[in-house]
Amino acid sequence: MTAPFYVLFGVFGLFPLLYTAWVALHHWHLVNGDTGFAGLGNFAVLLQDPHFYNALFNTVSIFVLSTVPQLFAALGLAALLDRPLRARTLWRASVLLPNVVSVVAVALVFSQLFAEDYGVVNWALGLVGLDPVEWRSDRFASHVAVSAMVMWRWTGYNALLYLAAMQSVPQERYDAAMLDGATRWRSFWSITVPAIRPTIAFTVVVSTIGGLQLFAEPQLLDETGVNGTGGADRQFQTLAMYLYEKGFGEFDAGYAAAIAWLLFLFSAVFALVNFSLVRRMRGGE
Amino acid sequence: MTVAARERTGFVVYGLLLAVVVASIFPLYWSFVVSSKDNSALGETTPPLVPGGNLIENVERVFGTVDFWLAMQNSLIVAGTVTVSNVLLSSMAGFAFARLRFPGRDSLFLVVIGTAMVPAQLGVIPLYLVVGELGWYGRLEAVIVPGLVGAFSVFWMRQACEEAIPGELLDAGRVDGCSTVRLFWNVAMPAIRPQAAVLGMLTFMTAWNDFFWPLIVLDPNAHPTVQVALSRLASGYFTDYSLMLTAATIGVLPVVVLFIVLARKVVDGVMRGAPRG
Repeated sequence: MTAPFYVLFGVFGLFPLLYTAWVALHHWHLVNGDTGFAGLGNFAVLLQDPHFYNALFNTVSIFVLSTVPQLFAALGLAALLDRPLRARTLWRASVLLPNVVSVVAVALVFSQLFAEDYGVVNWALGLVGLDPVEWRSDRFASHVAVSAMVMWRWTGYNALLYLAAMQSVPQERYDAAMLDGATRWRSFWSITVPAIRPTIAFTVVVSTIGGLQLFAEPQLLDETGVNGTGGADRQFQTLAMYLYEKGFGEFDAGYAAAIAWLLFLFSAVFALVNFSLVRRMRGGE
Repeated sequence: MTVAARERTGFVVYGLLLAVVVASIFPLYWSFVVSSKDNSALGETTPPLVPGGNLIENVERVFGTVDFWLAMQNSLIVAGTVTVSNVLLSSMAGFAFARLRFPGRDSLFLVVIGTAMVPAQLGVIPLYLVVGELGWYGRLEAVIVPGLVGAFSVFWMRQACEEAIPGELLDAGRVDGCSTVRLFWNVAMPAIRPQAAVLGMLTFMTAWNDFFWPLIVLDPNAHPTVQVALSRLASGYFTDYSLMLTAATIGVLPVVVLFIVLARKVVDGVMRGAPRG
């Protein structure tokens, strides 16, 4: 019964992971193949490579800018959706809608919303008397623009996960807190949040893995072409984009494989650290 | 009566929710507005916020500039095949993991879950080499075959089988001499159909929206999916923004329509933890 599953899974799931490690230990041209054993040579070069650290910094920066506000916004949104509402499903479906829109379409639309000369965002900033922002050439601003795309697409989804968890919190706990004179704000932080902590931990781990793999949004913010450099000064090149540039732009498969393995290690370590942070997070303030 | 139910939900809550919904819909609405304008509209000092009359013309230009029909067909073939196969294979594997006994079952299941935690980029280079060995560069097989089954789908269907298939029914079937295949097809499948449907919808959307791997392995000029064709329109060869956003609007439409029709089921599935891309 499981045989077809294992054949496919073995060929296309497990095997690539081990093979990536093998490729990373070689000088490997994507088209010409193996051109000699390199040992840890690819990793040694990579750890001296300023473009690698640049991409690592950008990835972490965008990850923090998109994930932290996103998960707090999702918590708030879930709290709103948890109130007795008319047309419940309509509200829930509306906040989930962005999640089914393709990343490519999101990136195209947001790139225009964040256009520097005639974009809606700069126009709106102008209405309240602020100067236009250089959403591509400025490093921090470009990270904000990319984060906005990620937040738009995932906040509603995470809110629904939190909402599902919130609905299984027993009502008596709230009633008891209410009798003790707790405010809604107070019982949210000392009853709701601790009760849904496993779900929060889950979303943090999933967001970490997804955030470190970020590719399409920054890739398509770059209007000068889709070669993966992330702007003239690589100001928004992420690790996944650098992997793409090296492996599929310059055909250096060995180097790209080394990037892939470090990306994997960072994801694992990051996910574990964030997971244990959430686990240790206490109720109350 | 509970405390929360006694209190009426006030305007503030609805107002905040409305703001979130407007923010969720605005980028899509705006993309549609640009699709209905000519290209000069984006160069005006006040951005366009009301639809114009150029929609049909822009749609014609999209299909004239790139072979968008071919891209739509390709995406339909890819997403359709991946969906059918994912639902079928994951149901089979999920059924086996949940309801059959065989040596090493639990450790095999852990292996499946373990690989789900590995980022897609890690496998991309060997996958590319394997696909090359098979002679599939630029062909739809390269995108379809690696997506035929996924670890999260198996996890989801295993849970469905544990919850939805009554054990007595399986035992009764066995006593009557049903083969495992018959048990799966006639007893398990009818019971897990709702979960399989949710999995199918979400798999279709994810496959339709997939970008990183198709971009690498398909040729954007010859045989692209919708997402790859879109990315080419955005790649700087064209600076025709109303063309770009018209294409984006068309590319988003099938999935958004599917979502609107099936919204209740999708919301329900997501809240119960159905796998999302």
